[in-house]
Amino acid sequence: MPATLRVNPTRMELTRIKKRLVTATRGHKLLKDKRDEMVRQFILIIRENYTLRQEVEQELSGALKDFAMARAVMDPQALEEAVLYPARQAQLELGTKNILSVHVPTIQVNEASLEETVQAYGFAETSSQLDGAIATLADLLPKMVRLAEIEKTCDMLADEIEKTRRRVNALEYVMIPQFEATIREISMKLEENERGATTRLMKVKDMMAQRDA
Amino acid sequence: MAEMKKMGVVGERDAVLAFKAVGMRVIDVSTAEETTAALHKLACEGVPVIFITETMAELVPEALQKYKTMPGTAVIPIPGSQGVNGFGLGRVKANVEKAIGADILFNNKKEG
Repeated sequence: MPATLRVNPTRMELTRIKKRLVTATRGHKLLKDKRDEMVRQFILIIRENYTLRQEVEQELSGALKDFAMARAVMDPQALEEAVLYPARQAQLELGTKNILSVHVPTIQVNEASLEETVQAYGFAETSSQLDGAIATLADLLPKMVRLAEIEKTCDMLADEIEKTRRRVNALEYVMIPQFEATIREISMKLEENERGATTRLMKVKDMMAQRDA
Repeated sequence: MAEMKKMGVVGERDAVLAFKAVGMRVIDVSTAEETTAALHKLACEGVPVIFITETMAELVPEALQKYKTMPGTAVIPIPGSQGVNGFGLGRVKANVEKAIGADILFNNKKEG
């Protein structure tokens, strides 16, 4: 038996709570639909996230291994010098997307900024592994950015789904039963008052009849 | 809507130097305090995507948690020079568990 709200058992309160119950029920239905749709979207995105992350991790490890090789064969200072001036200026284009009123970012690499493929260092002092590592890394960039985008989306969606689920449960298991119990209690009290009034009237009528007799 | 921004990388010196060559903003760190400071610095500068090596990410769970729900900054773990240690995938799984309540997705994958 859920706890009832502490309100005066009056007809006015009864109407007010009945209205609140209607609103709560409608809100519950809407939130439930929202949650279901969000979970559906989330599952679609998280699948992509999972596979993409595995791909990126694998390819990135490879690229970093190449880079480690380059470090091994090159003079540390020369390497530092070589990477000091970036060959590409990877620029991002940002926007936002609305998934069921969760504002998630959209991030894209600016294609133009990737197109310059010149190496910013001379070939004399650097090893070929470095060229390879940097080229793979640059190829991997759009994928990494896509991963960042969908992983952020997943983070935010998961957070919002949890919030919505809590709201749905609060409505379903706390608010709505509470309202129902309160409505029942108030209407019972009102009926009891009514019965009391009727009995009193009957009693008074009896007493008047006895006095007259 | 098109704003031009750079990407940021935080991690051990060995792992992140390579990203300098593709025009990312690199901060090399070796302790948890430095990592938190670097993340904070990049986030304040408005860098939208910060890649962090898994080994360093493991040291600063609070900082990651802080940026998780901020729409403007995405902190993404990537494998470091030591290779993959499963931290990034763990985060994906944690998200599934948080949203759905059980890890239904990857159990299916194992069976299938």
